[in-house]
Amino acid sequence: MFEIFTLLANWLAYDLVGLSPDTKLGSSLHFFIEDTTKILFLLVVMIYLIALARASLNLERVRAYIQQKHRFMGYVFGSGFGAITPFCSCSSIPLFLGFTSAGIPLGITMAFLFTSPIINEVAVIMLWGLLGWKFTLAYIVIGMAVGIIGGMILDAVKGERWLKDFAAKAYQAAAAETREHDVDVPEAPKLTMAERHQFAKDELREIVGRIWKWVLIGVGLGAALHGFVPDGWFAENLGSGQWWSVPAAVFAGLPLYSNATGVIPVMESLIVKGLPVGTTLAFCMATVAASFPEFIMLKQVMTYRLLAMIFVILLANFMVVGWIINGIGPWLFAGF
Amino acid sequence: MKRVEVLGTGCKKCVTTAESIERVAQELAQSVEVIKVTDPAKIMAYKVMSTPAVAIDGKVVHSGSIPERSKIVGWLES
Repeated sequence: MFEIFTLLANWLAYDLVGLSPDTKLGSSLHFFIEDTTKILFLLVVMIYLIALARASLNLERVRAYIQQKHRFMGYVFGSGFGAITPFCSCSSIPLFLGFTSAGIPLGITMAFLFTSPIINEVAVIMLWGLLGWKFTLAYIVIGMAVGIIGGMILDAVKGERWLKDFAAKAYQAAAAETREHDVDVPEAPKLTMAERHQFAKDELREIVGRIWKWVLIGVGLGAALHGFVPDGWFAENLGSGQWWSVPAAVFAGLPLYSNATGVIPVMESLIVKGLPVGTTLAFCMATVAASFPEFIMLKQVMTYRLLAMIFVILLANFMVVGWIINGIGPWLFAGF
Repeated sequence: MKRVEVLGTGCKKCVTTAESIERVAQELAQSVEVIKVTDPAKIMAYKVMSTPAVAIDGKVVHSGSIPERSKIVGWLES
């Protein structure tokens, strides 16, 4: 179903511009045209459809759902809602406090915040379009696992001790109280189709307006890698799946700050050029999920000690994920 | 005089919200006091989870997006 974009790129790059598919420039340009048109098309259609479906989902309802769940399921739901809830990173702090002051454990709130930048509809659409459903599924499972396990570790070490005072007090007061009675999920606002359409249209404009540059930059980088780095270069020069390539990728990804949109097209090229899948994923997660702007924001509600702890937990998670996937990758992605 | 508080931890949308409220107030020749609230503890006290949010005379009337013009006019004229 995506052939039309290949044909379009053939026509533009080879016929109209007159480049040969055998040249580096020709193959880069072809890649760039094919991927940008395909991704932008998919994004516009899917963001609209998904927004229609989730127009009535708001944070108050999400919070009530999570509160109702048993502790373990709380992590899974926290992470799952982090993936599907529309939410702008500038709302991290109010959201964090809204959860905390409702007595939701720190680890569950952080499972939400960890997963949120890694998995969102844009990332999923791009992965599916570029790398196929198998890889997309693996990415979702891994993204949620990073959030769930990160959250569990935080609670296991009683991370809430190192919240800022006002946040810790709000949490304790609420945790003591909510055990007494059950929480009711507020009813979904009744929306007409016209209201849903309006919401979806606004979402579409907002999201595409925000990410189109990232798509171009990401695909541009991916295209350059695609055309100018020989196939298998990484495998020859970095070794295939040596253990140190994973931490190296994590530390290389840290100072880079991108969202998932910018990094996924690069991932595609890295994998095709022979970088092991686990190493690539570790790089991607370090770029997307551990971002300094986010950490600076969280400083408003957390002490440095807690921030450092979160940082270390995340890094350790990325590395473990990288190693595991490199270990089982050949079996998991046979024929990829 | 109405006391309008714009709640948000300082993102661009919050600034835009405060500006558009000031502009509409000027057009309607209403005197309002627009205050940007960035202190997380105060935002928590208002039980707001998505920002930008708007509170008028201590009551939250909107949250989660930049309010539409018609909404702002409604608040200021009521």
